[in-house]
Amino acid sequence: MLTEPDMQYLLLIYADENHATSEAEGKAMVEAYGAFTQEIIQKGHFKGADRLRPTSTATTVRVRDGKTLATDGPFAETREQLGGYYLIEAKDLDEATAIAAKVPSAKVGSVEVRPVWTM
Amino acid sequence: MPAAALDAIFRAHAAGALATLIRLTGDFDLAEEGLQEAFAAAAVAWKTETPANPRAWLVQAGRRRAIDQIRRRAAFRVRQETLAAEAEIARQTAPEEADEAAAAFGDDDLLRLIFTCCHPALALETQVALTLRTVCSIPTASVARAFLVSEEAMAQRLARAKAKIRAAGIPYETPPREQLDARVEGVLAVVYLVFTEAYAGDPERSLAAEAIGLGRRLAALLPGRGDIMGLLALMLLHEARRPARYDAAGDVVLLEDQDRSLWNRDAIAEGLALVKPALTAQSPPSSYAVQAAIAALHAEAPRAQDTDWRQIVGLYAVLLRIHPSPVIELNHAAALAMVDGPAAALQRLEALAARGALGGYDILPAARADLLRRLGRGREAAEAYREALTLAHHEPERRLFRRRLAELDRET
Repeated sequence: MLTEPDMQYLLLIYADENHATSEAEGKAMVEAYGAFTQEIIQKGHFKGADRLRPTSTATTVRVRDGKTLATDGPFAETREQLGGYYLIEAKDLDEATAIAAKVPSAKVGSVEVRPVWTM
Repeated sequence: MPAAALDAIFRAHAAGALATLIRLTGDFDLAEEGLQEAFAAAAVAWKTETPANPRAWLVQAGRRRAIDQIRRRAAFRVRQETLAAEAEIARQTAPEEADEAAAAFGDDDLLRLIFTCCHPALALETQVALTLRTVCSIPTASVARAFLVSEEAMAQRLARAKAKIRAAGIPYETPPREQLDARVEGVLAVVYLVFTEAYAGDPERSLAAEAIGLGRRLAALLPGRGDIMGLLALMLLHEARRPARYDAAGDVVLLEDQDRSLWNRDAIAEGLALVKPALTAQSPPSSYAVQAAIAALHAEAPRAQDTDWRQIVGLYAVLLRIHPSPVIELNHAAALAMVDGPAAALQRLEALAARGALGGYDILPAARADLLRRLGRGREAAEAYREALTLAHHEPERRLFRRRLAELDRET
């Protein structure tokens, strides 16, 4: 079997940004994310992560016929929005999926796992 | 050696050799090309004498072709990683190691291949197509026919699947113990889908034998599992009835009207022997094992009127507890009709229909129609048959409903 280097995966975290959370829920979520981040740092999977500001701050850019069109809002209006991401290293899709399953928002939203095209 | 004998050897070893070549090369396409060339070489080399271990021979020849192929590619785009990969392959597949690998790991490789083709990150239809193509060695054109798409479209779908396996990093591994149950469940869903499509569909393009072959292989590779033995038994016991399932005109013959002397006794014996170990291997038993036990009760009844319906009703009740679904509720009601009469069963079906369950399928109106017919409520029965007719996809079923409608017309 070929000994491949670890692959990189982007975990895209989708959740309903309009979902109202109580103060206690919000605090629990922040703690859960803190614990998850620490865990994947210690296990050597962590490459980077960020939380995104809400889609109301998003601008979508398209270039058509050489003209740049910037429109207000995210690429697609859906029930769940991209709220943040982790860039991780994992040996294969199964390991990446197992890590994605531990993202706290996976319980309420969904996490898309995308292999990164390493340049 | 005659071409037919050669073909039989190729078919017996194709999946195992391919599975090992994929592990050795880390590339589906490279492995497939290598194996094709190995077959071509074998067709010449084996004319006089067949090697003692045909699979090892095919793996060896395929490996050499794959390395040649990598060298050719490397000449075009000399990249460090390609050269590194080539060195790695040459090291991993040193002749003596390849022999050993083929002998010792052939079965493990086949299991790896099955789990990779049935990986949940692939769409279910794609899992089925890829399994038929690579594990069952069915030509792309035949897979395309089974899916009612063009060969070109199927080739594209298979290429996309292999590209995703590579790009997304779907592992070529037997899953670890903690994931095994869930992954086996996924594999069995694929096998059962191959079987049921074949069962309901055109008997001429039969994939039932492929599904049963997969079941036998899985039972040998992962022995002692109740779900695998249960599914294999279920498929065997259903397939045993195939010779009696259609009459000379190609019309469906219902279980109660079938000529039981046409049933395949060998398949029944093989299936019956699996039912008990399947039921007792795990607690609660797998739903496949319980379904197999129901099929076994039908298989054991010499005549339709000898069927132990009381026990079948009990088994459906077990099934409803471990694996509730509207289809099982419907079958439970149909079995109940044989014990408590059609009126009691009809009540259950009306409740199912009122819940909106099984909407869009012909089986609910067909079952209602049958009960109404037996209750002498001809007008309502005819209406239900007409509803079933508009929903049925398979021509034999449609003919059955039309026949029943004609019978009802004559009576009223």
